[in-house]
Amino acid sequence: LISCYRKPKTKRAKRFLEKREPKLNENTKNAMLIKGGNANLTVTEVLKDIYAVKKPFAVLYKRKNITRPFEDQTSLEFFSKKSDCSLFLFGSHNKKRPNNLIIGRMFDYHVLDMIELGIEKFVALKDIKNSKCPEGTKPMLVFAGDMFDVNEEYRRLKSLLIDFFRGPTVPNIRLAGLEYVLHFTAVDGKIYMRSYKVLLKKSGCKIPRIELEEMGPSLDLVMRRTHLASDDLYKLSLKQPKGLKPKKKKNISHDALGTTYGRIHMQKQDLSKLQTRKMKGLKKRPAEKSAQDGGATPKKLKSA
Amino acid sequence: MAAVRVEAVLAAAEEQEAEKRRSITVEKELELEYDLGNLLAVDRNPPPAAALRGAGPRREALLRALARDNTQLLVSRLWELPAERAGGAGGPLVAQLPEPTFRLPREKPAPKPRPPTRWEQFARLKGIRRKKKTSLVWDEQAKEWRRRWGYRRAGGDPSRAWLAEVPAGADPEEDQFARLRREKRERVARNELNRLRNLARAHRAGSAVPAAPLHPTGHQDRDELRRVARVARVSTASLGRFQPRLPKEPAEPPSRSGGKKRRFQPLLGNLAAERSRQLELLRDMGSKKPVLDITRAVNKQLRQEEAEAAAANKGKKQSKRGKRGRRQQRPGRSGKKSGARRQPQQQKPAGGGRRK
Repeated sequence: LISCYRKPKTKRAKRFLEKREPKLNENTKNAMLIKGGNANLTVTEVLKDIYAVKKPFAVLYKRKNITRPFEDQTSLEFFSKKSDCSLFLFGSHNKKRPNNLIIGRMFDYHVLDMIELGIEKFVALKDIKNSKCPEGTKPMLVFAGDMFDVNEEYRRLKSLLIDFFRGPTVPNIRLAGLEYVLHFTAVDGKIYMRSYKVLLKKSGCKIPRIELEEMGPSLDLVMRRTHLASDDLYKLSLKQPKGLKPKKKKNISHDALGTTYGRIHMQKQDLSKLQTRKMKGLKKRPAEKSAQDGGATPKKLKSA
Repeated sequence: MAAVRVEAVLAAAEEQEAEKRRSITVEKELELEYDLGNLLAVDRNPPPAAALRGAGPRREALLRALARDNTQLLVSRLWELPAERAGGAGGPLVAQLPEPTFRLPREKPAPKPRPPTRWEQFARLKGIRRKKKTSLVWDEQAKEWRRRWGYRRAGGDPSRAWLAEVPAGADPEEDQFARLRREKRERVARNELNRLRNLARAHRAGSAVPAAPLHPTGHQDRDELRRVARVARVSTASLGRFQPRLPKEPAEPPSRSGGKKRRFQPLLGNLAAERSRQLELLRDMGSKKPVLDITRAVNKQLRQEEAEAAAANKGKKQSKRGKRGRRQQRPGRSGKKSGARRQPQQQKPAGGGRRK
């Protein structure tokens, strides 16, 4: 590999390469939004809106790229390698497939899954005139409909959508900042994606009452072609390295009732030489002591 | 009387609570599945398909109601998480999210640890550990602490060295400065070569034996050439039996058995060989000298033990006594064996040696 024998000469280059190398805990996935050779207004608007939702973990390519992802994946893989993006959204339009959107992800810079969706209806961010939530908010994701579990292709689509819109993984979250929710409903062979702004209203108790206000892009999608990864490649991509598993604390066990038990390992103790509380009455008299030791007492005898 | 009033009061309080809770409770047939680490909720209930078929504002209203219910359930769950006030009493309420449970594929495969270099293998075998060096060294001439190497190093700038002593056995006409420069260049080149060799070995180890057996540009190493030469010799019609060898090439015995360790001679073969073999056997049985070479055996054992000990103590703390101290501490050494230990220096190590 070129990267093996050509070492970076500056610290900046080294940091750049370190950011891109495979790690135990990975970075947040970046998405690239690409326009096809004949993208129309709808498709461009969709890409722009999704870019607004996914900022800063997305790159929007301005120029049109004449490729067909389902036939030839090399140019997509090249872009992915150059910009270090593992998710992509490719929009195009032609007579046979109007308002086409291909959503996909990569594993090791090679295409893993690709699903082609057709846009039936689209309402843009700028069409709904109200205040929007700040850029970079982590959205709440809700999937409704049994199709997302029954059908294999819908299951992969669900996984893809979660991967796409998830955002960075955080340990804590500000409860008042849960402002954005993306709701996907699968009904009748169609997928309705709606985005709402969450308003937390006072209720009598601690948990607030939720009111939703329509904001943001809303799409009506229909599933067209799919290119899903084979089972073993998918399993390989799901494999997590061993270092990620939390280390078990040994010698601690929990009861069903919630009691925690600990185990202590002791060496063999000489019970006759144990140090217990001093009870003056039980102290050995000098006569008894000399009888036990056989007359050879190394210490001074105390008078009882 | 008082009891009845108390009950009435309690019932009224309960009803008030229920009234309050009604605003945030949602009735669902099937419970939702939550992945709070990803802020994800999955609703398995089949949505009302008939109602959603008709386009228009009615559908939007239905979708919105569905979304509101699901979001309410998700937010209730999130609010139940352990929360604390970040940044003191007046700060925002922050909840601690659990680890995400939904399995998503990775971006890149997991990193593989790189194989050890030739020096690292040797050090592990011998039990050599890294000596921690101080970053600053006392420079006597400058009377201050200077770096060990780099900008303003302790020994002064080597490129401005104005004196180069002629060593004892050297040619007096030789240019010493040129010699120093040449040696430095050679050292750097050797280092670079070893680094690339280590890299190539690591790369080769990671990707199994390459399909093309010989490197095309002529930079082959010894084992590769040996392997390829052997394959070429054996790939003749008579499987290499009549191939001429180079003057100093050792004659390889034709292992027609293909690697079987023990082969028996044919029953009716060379009578003279059989006779001499039997006589030798009798002679060895009759002589008093032991057939087993104690020193060689002990050597082999020592080397094996050393390797095992180094491998076992890899993680544990090793004593600071060093090689000699550790050797003397080994238990159960009989007098005969420790006596034999003095001799190994002159003899070659038993067994494998430098075979790769």
